[in-house]
Amino acid sequence: MTLLGKLDWSAVPFDQPIIMGTVGVMVVAIVSILSWVTLKGYVPYLWREWITSVDHKRIGVMYIVLALVMLLRGFADGIMMRTQQAVAAGGAQGYLPPEHFDQIFSAHGTIMIFFVAMPLVIGLMNFAIPLQLGARDVAFPTMNSISFWLTASGVLLTNVSLAVGEFAKTGWFAYPPLSELQFSPGVGVDYYLWSLQISGIGTLLSGVNFVTTILKMRAPGMSYLRMPVFCWTALASNLLIVAAFPVLTALFAMLLLDRYLGFHFFTVDAGGNAMMYVNLFWVWGHPEVYILVLPAFGIFSEVTATFSGKSLFGYRSMVLATMAICVLSYTVWLHHFFTMGASASVNAFFGITSMIIGVPTGVKVFNWLFTMYGGRVRFNVPVLWTIGFMVSFVFGGLTGVLLALPAVDWQVHNSVFLVAHFHHVIIPGVLFGCMAGYNYWFPKAFGFRLDERWGKAAFWCWFIGFHLAFMPLYVTGLMGMPRRLQHYDVLSWQPWLLVAESGAVVILLGIIFQIVQLVVSIRDREELRDTTGDPWNGRTLEWATASPPPDWNFAVLPRVDELDAFWARKQRMLAEQELPVRQHAYQPIEVPKNSPVGVVTAFFAVVAGFALIWHIWWMAGFGVLGAAVTLLAFMFRTKDEVEIPADQVGLFDRVHPVEVSL
Amino acid sequence: MRYGLLTLVLIGASLLGGCTEGVLDPKGPIALAERQILINATGIMLAIVIPVVIATLGVGFWFRASNERARYRPDFVYSGRLEMLVWSIPLMTVLLTGTVAWIGAYDLDPPKLIASSTKPIKVQAISLDWKWLFIYPELGVASVNHLTIPVGTPVSFELTSSGVMNSFFVPQLAGQIYAMSGMVTRLNLQADYAGTYRGLSANFSGEGFADMHFNVDAMPPERFAQWVDSTRSVGPVLDLKTYADLARPSVAVTPFTYHSVAPGLFDSIRMASMQSDDALCRRYPTSMRAEK
Repeated sequence: MTLLGKLDWSAVPFDQPIIMGTVGVMVVAIVSILSWVTLKGYVPYLWREWITSVDHKRIGVMYIVLALVMLLRGFADGIMMRTQQAVAAGGAQGYLPPEHFDQIFSAHGTIMIFFVAMPLVIGLMNFAIPLQLGARDVAFPTMNSISFWLTASGVLLTNVSLAVGEFAKTGWFAYPPLSELQFSPGVGVDYYLWSLQISGIGTLLSGVNFVTTILKMRAPGMSYLRMPVFCWTALASNLLIVAAFPVLTALFAMLLLDRYLGFHFFTVDAGGNAMMYVNLFWVWGHPEVYILVLPAFGIFSEVTATFSGKSLFGYRSMVLATMAICVLSYTVWLHHFFTMGASASVNAFFGITSMIIGVPTGVKVFNWLFTMYGGRVRFNVPVLWTIGFMVSFVFGGLTGVLLALPAVDWQVHNSVFLVAHFHHVIIPGVLFGCMAGYNYWFPKAFGFRLDERWGKAAFWCWFIGFHLAFMPLYVTGLMGMPRRLQHYDVLSWQPWLLVAESGAVVILLGIIFQIVQLVVSIRDREELRDTTGDPWNGRTLEWATASPPPDWNFAVLPRVDELDAFWARKQRMLAEQELPVRQHAYQPIEVPKNSPVGVVTAFFAVVAGFALIWHIWWMAGFGVLGAAVTLLAFMFRTKDEVEIPADQVGLFDRVHPVEVSL
Repeated sequence: MRYGLLTLVLIGASLLGGCTEGVLDPKGPIALAERQILINATGIMLAIVIPVVIATLGVGFWFRASNERARYRPDFVYSGRLEMLVWSIPLMTVLLTGTVAWIGAYDLDPPKLIASSTKPIKVQAISLDWKWLFIYPELGVASVNHLTIPVGTPVSFELTSSGVMNSFFVPQLAGQIYAMSGMVTRLNLQADYAGTYRGLSANFSGEGFADMHFNVDAMPPERFAQWVDSTRSVGPVLDLKTYADLARPSVAVTPFTYHSVAPGLFDSIRMASMQSDDALCRRYPTSMRAEK
């Protein structure tokens, strides 16, 4: 055994110009950002205000930044695949050899699900939930920071695989036997497994944190049926996280035992059964879909109600639908493998349960429709994303029901029809939702709105580009094109794939416009400034405090007597039945103290993960021990809160007055 | 609306233009029935989905803030009757499509034999890295990367895999089924028209996956008999030893045939993969996969 395990210079793919070019650009970007930050003297500020921050708003923003950066990486993978398939027809092999192409589609899926969609959703929940609940922070602020930094560790390890070694070549769900040592002896699957194990712990801790926050930290008077609908969807989503992520962790642990210690859970020989992996993967995987999409549904609900100037139509129905989806999502996993040869009864059962879950989803669409009915709909950017979602998602649902029919699924499973379907629900569902949320809550987070014109341009590019990119895949899927083809010899597919490629280019334009939107908005921030704390005429508590809110969110915890209490109070105020701002007697507030424990633990987690991937056992021991000592040291802390004096709280309120408060 | 139109145009185009291949151009009873379910279910759902899309755009447009003629009704937030309607529309749709799912799952269950007066022929399919081996146990011949079947005769498949999972799929004849190591899955299909159809592995199985397709030649029974006779006269023998040669990873193998097959080979391949001490199981060193 050598000191560096399996690691040597051959791990760096110097002979691959595409990879080395990408790595070069990434290294240059990171080095220039780091040196700019250092030269400008921003390091202490970043350390104090962001890296060690346990403020849920800051952590939420960091999650979203992480997700948007990874969106660029995931999209780059996506457009590379589309380009490969656009050219590799007939005898042509395209520009990506199989071993590279296989890594790209595996990385694309892994990154988009775990490192784009998850952090986007968790980031928005982090930012908005405590504010909507009228709370000062989440239940466990330091654990929140640990969650974030463990997610970032997973991201880092996945990106390191680009330069040192390789990523999995198995597809993003790493089905054995292909992912077993016998068929994937390289480090790719280990990168996949350890990245997701580490970030998975972060996600599970987030789930525990949010469930506790929503159950225990609501403002005085906010009973369950006075909670904003986004909090309900977040509760459902986090209950799913708490129940589903341990399955994934256990599953990956078993595969790791197979790969590292010669166990036979899923191997071909010695009694292993790969189909157990497939089952357990989707026992996590289908709830995961709802973990992502339920909070997005919540955002759409908030946006529809706010910009229609009405309360949400059928609030109780929405809550019921949300919780129904939460429960039903555990009864449908088998529809991911009707082709495994289960009996007709099993297939029929899971086909029907999969359709039943469409019922509460359909109810939601109708309720959004009736929310707009009789409203005064303002077509701001979040509303465009919402309506774009509604008209696309119903078709994604349609193809989903088709796939839930076992007899149809046998014909289109594993094809690009399936690829088109899940992009059709995840892009309009999750991504459009998060974009709506990003535009909606941005002024709350930073005190100025995002530019509307560039935002609308970005939306239209995404909307049109999405359809151009994925509608053709339905067609080629029906023509019999399987997914994950590095090249193909059926020339009649190529025109459709060229259209899909053009769609990817239009989406690229959308991404560029979003970057421009951010830059332009920062430049014009004075004109876009939100001085009221309530730029959209909102309904929920986050709009009842300043933008951006102080560390303590609310000077005095709001008192909630009804659903949409803030909105109702504004209505009474307009009718001159109440005074806008109640007079407060300010009291000192305790806020959680910043802590480096998250980032330090994550550092050791990266060390341990990297060492385990490369079989550097001493270093793995060092990493695990380091993380354990860090957490132990944290447990023996003597002081974890800082007191904000009453006059400082009062001063903030005078400098940042809100028009209406609770 | 534009979206709905786009979908209709695309589906229409694929129905008309793409008629020469794929799921929408079935050539046998199973694929035909599966396409019928696809079309029925799409029709049922479009009847709901298109009005919803039109209503969404219509309501959004009419109730735009700048429209003075639209009535603002901020208190329209609950209606028991509408809630009833809202839950029952999707529920009834699911009742319909659920029935379709149930019937389809039983009628077209892959292991179910196709009712026919003609005696089915048996084929044992084995997925290897990265090619398909088809054994005709009753006829004593085998072929690689090429499947020959008689028209109008049910074909009854048993499938397994030498290692990683693949999915056996001939879109124009029947839906797919996984080929899994150590296990046997079953699939029945039939070609009603003579012709050459594309078959493939639909489930990603590693580096050579893209070339893991084959042609299915459906020919009249008398020509099929001729094919069997000519196959029996040439080519190598398929036994454990030649199988071990075949099982080595290789890509885009030109189709060829075996003139005879050792009896019980399929079962011994299936059993062998389950025992780690068997020579067949470790038949190729992991390093072959490791080559970068």
